[in-house]
Amino acid sequence: MKAKSKTPAILTWLVIAVIYVAVFVAEQLLPPSSMLFTVLKKGATYALVAVSMNLLNGFTGIFSLGQAGFMLIGAYVYGIFTIPVADRPVVYQYYDGGAIQFTVPVIAALILAGLAAAFFAFLIGLPVLRLKSDYLAIATLGFAEIMRVLIQWNPMGPITNGANMLRLFPNFNDFNLRDASGNVTLYLSTLVPFLIAGVCIGLIVLLLNSGYGRALKAIRDDEIAAEAMGVNLAHHKRLAFCISSFFAGIGGAMLAMYQTTVQAKFFTTAMTYEILLIVVIGGVGSVTGSVLSSFLFVAASEWWLRFLDEKQMIGNFEVPLLRNGFRLVVFSIIIMVVVLFFRRGIMGTRELPDLFRKKRKEGAVK
Amino acid sequence: MWNTIFPYLLSGISVGGQYALIAIGYTMVYGILRLINFAHGDVFMVAGIIMVYIAASGLPLWVSVPLVLIITAAVGFVIERVAYKPLRSAPRMSVMISAIGVSYTLQNLVLYITGGLNKQYPAIPGISESIQIGGATTKVVTVVTPVLVILLVVALVLLINRTKIGMAMRAVSKDFETAQLMGIKINSVISTTFVIGSFLAGVGSVLYFTNYPTVIQTSGAMPGLKAFVAAVFGGIGSIPGAVIGAFIIGIMENLIKGLDIILFKAGLVTKPLGLAIFSDAFTFALLIIILVVKPTGLFGEKTTDKV
Amino acid sequence: MKKLAMIVLALVLALSCFAVSLAEDLPVVKIGIFEPASGDSGAGGKQETLGVQYANRVQPTVDIGGTTYKVELVMADNGSSADKAPSAAQKLVSENVSVVLGSYGSGVSIAGSEYFKNANIPAIGLTCTNPQVTAGNSHYFRVCFLDPFQGTVLANYAFKELGAKTAYCLGEAGNDYDQGLITFFQQAFEGLGGTVMHEDFLTNNADFTAFLTTATAIGADVIFCPVSIAYSTQIVAQAASQGITIPVLGGDTLDSNVVAAAAKGTAIDLVVTTFYQEGANADFDNGFKAWLAEDAEAMTNNGGNDMIAGVTCMGYDGYFTALAALQAAGSTDGAAVMAALPGVEIDGVSGHIAFDETGDAIRTSAFVKKVNNETGDWEFVAEQTIE
Repeated sequence: MKAKSKTPAILTWLVIAVIYVAVFVAEQLLPPSSMLFTVLKKGATYALVAVSMNLLNGFTGIFSLGQAGFMLIGAYVYGIFTIPVADRPVVYQYYDGGAIQFTVPVIAALILAGLAAAFFAFLIGLPVLRLKSDYLAIATLGFAEIMRVLIQWNPMGPITNGANMLRLFPNFNDFNLRDASGNVTLYLSTLVPFLIAGVCIGLIVLLLNSGYGRALKAIRDDEIAAEAMGVNLAHHKRLAFCISSFFAGIGGAMLAMYQTTVQAKFFTTAMTYEILLIVVIGGVGSVTGSVLSSFLFVAASEWWLRFLDEKQMIGNFEVPLLRNGFRLVVFSIIIMVVVLFFRRGIMGTRELPDLFRKKRKEGAVK
Repeated sequence: MWNTIFPYLLSGISVGGQYALIAIGYTMVYGILRLINFAHGDVFMVAGIIMVYIAASGLPLWVSVPLVLIITAAVGFVIERVAYKPLRSAPRMSVMISAIGVSYTLQNLVLYITGGLNKQYPAIPGISESIQIGGATTKVVTVVTPVLVILLVVALVLLINRTKIGMAMRAVSKDFETAQLMGIKINSVISTTFVIGSFLAGVGSVLYFTNYPTVIQTSGAMPGLKAFVAAVFGGIGSIPGAVIGAFIIGIMENLIKGLDIILFKAGLVTKPLGLAIFSDAFTFALLIIILVVKPTGLFGEKTTDKV
Repeated sequence: MKKLAMIVLALVLALSCFAVSLAEDLPVVKIGIFEPASGDSGAGGKQETLGVQYANRVQPTVDIGGTTYKVELVMADNGSSADKAPSAAQKLVSENVSVVLGSYGSGVSIAGSEYFKNANIPAIGLTCTNPQVTAGNSHYFRVCFLDPFQGTVLANYAFKELGAKTAYCLGEAGNDYDQGLITFFQQAFEGLGGTVMHEDFLTNNADFTAFLTTATAIGADVIFCPVSIAYSTQIVAQAASQGITIPVLGGDTLDSNVVAAAAKGTAIDLVVTTFYQEGANADFDNGFKAWLAEDAEAMTNNGGNDMIAGVTCMGYDGYFTALAALQAAGSTDGAAVMAALPGVEIDGVSGHIAFDETGDAIRTSAFVKKVNNETGDWEFVAEQTIE
């Protein structure tokens, strides 16, 4: 590589700063009911989860399908520790107000959510990480299914509220600053998820650029060669697995805040698949790609393609095919096209700073 | 005690047989392509939906059932050609992602066609009626299933061991590249595998939905996953293994559904523990245990990594 | 050729402008319909929506503060699931609806609640009977009766009329409607001196044989399964094929022609509580059936025949409650409608509707219906009143 130019780095920071300022300004000016904010909030959440999945699947070469399980743990831990004590009798109505009668601050709950997910990842990682690619995928998927049922088990009720919904915990709207009469003085409900996701993704990027990150990539490229070079396989894989789960847990907590309610039964394998598809569309092995495609995916599914689900009239002509569910059909076809013909996704393995570099000769496509 | 356990056992054997028919498809595809065909469970569901629509069109049964099986086999063939064949030289992860994409597409397509509502599966004369066995009432299909499964498996094993295409399949699953060099038409072997697998899933779907007569786009997901677990449990690549694994899983999950009442009748517990919801989770726990203890399953062959 | 195409295009555009301008003559007030059109409760949600749509046909305009408004219904499919509910709710909010009707299913209503609250839009629950929907908030109202009431009615019926001593309750894990109703049923039934076994199945379960075997094994006198239409049809069908003759009891969700059809030709006694009995209001019945007869899509959404479900009637009443609130508010602003709603009173098809301080309709009676196993029709059993 030639002497490293500083420009790309500066430009990258500039772009990020502009995005954050734009989000902040837009939130003050546009009506809060705008679909844009829904997309931004959910997009930020999915971005974090997708990047955490990419850390495993794209950078370490561990094909895990347990993401929904770790998000589930995160979401529940967040909910359980933040529902105001006064509201607990209402939420835990079938369990006499539940067993836990204290709350922790939101930030602490977020970190707890991550730690809990990482802890379970550590436990399940002990046996499962020894498995090879597709066996590992199916074992992690099985783990997520087990977690989902365990949380819904009636005897767990005093803690998890059984299969019933957790709600009334602080959500994104509670980040808005209000005056005494309850009117919003400063809208922060979109900026805060951006900040949380931004910090977490930043930490992941730091990790990837460190010596650890290089070891992880070595494992992805060739396990046996990496081991021969002195990389401790078990240790590095476990570390990547726990870190990924940590951030998936935080992502789960953010999803809880976005949805305002949490229920175990919705953290299905379908959710994992959705996130996996986001990662693929963005480019396996690109953080920037995962972030971009999260926002695209959410915007397309929640907003831009919504019209496909409703009857549309051009004059008196009713457009054929359009009815409930058509959006998802179009969506699946787009995804299949990407999977089959644009396997490198939006970004391939490039990152944001790479876009500002002069086009170098790309390495031979494997 | 026996009277309590018997009905659970009966539905366990029945559902086990249906899982077995799906599991064979998984195990054959994995044996040849080393691919978990995540879309296989959805092919099973699609077979159910096709039957609903064909029956609604008023065709007689002796036309509609074979037609469903043929269309299902064709669906399997098309999926392989469109979604897997172009990725033959791609990394395994890409193919698996493609399989997940196909699964997503099939589910959404069915969601669109049915409007997301449950569809009532038509009653099939001859197997939908109720009969009495050993004090329990059940459908004829419960008894027909295990018999049919055994017949189909025998036929399949004969096909694999005694015919030319069977020999080709065995060769390809032993060594993909060498088989190709020996002049075996890889693509037609793979297509045949998908056709057979989908055909059996079609048979399984007729039996399964006769028992549980509602089809919705997610109907295939759980049976699919369980059948896959059965295939892994029995040793992936081994057809008898998949069948035995499927029966074990079918029986175990039904016993767990009745575990509360069985324990209660045996005097071991005084109050129900709500264990029934663990019937699915148990399957996955079993999977993790078998993978850790004996990754090749009950009857799987040992494989070694080549550097 | 190109010219011709251009002319045709221009004509189409001109015509469409004309068509639009005709429709846009009146100012528009939007009412959001927050209902499932897909998923387990899709069939029920569609029947409930039909009630609103029919009411909209009957009364397409409303006078608000001296101006006549055209009422536009904005649909949002919440997919019967609490994880799809937020984006559906958000869609209604972003369309600036004045009031929301729905949803079928208490869980999705609770899941969407927060979004309406933040946007200052009132919601009127049509058939979500769980107390949690309206408890502790000022924006959610409801026109139907509640689970504590319904559960007690059913428990009394089971214990006194059917002479049941042991009840087997089966619900979907995590479904607020099922769990709420089962809890109140259990309380009432045990209070009367009966015993209850409660089991749950997971979402998307298709195999109920094991659960039904358990019900037989404990010697249950009645099976109480207040689950979605999708599951109840399967439970009834599988019970029939297992030769079970224990009566099956359900809440208002089971009052659907789809469920009745499943019980047709079986030996299963299927009893439900509901909001409305066909025949109570001839004008409504006939008008609705006439509409179904001429609109094939509506007929399909009603399950293929013209039997009237209780939820359809609630949809109809909910629509008029919303119109009354808009009139009382004298404004299309959500906050004003919300302020006006507690004072609204109407005489609906399902009875008189007035709200108590939590925002629940004050109701003291429910209809008990039973399926005629030969015809597959609902038959009136009793009108239960509890003070």
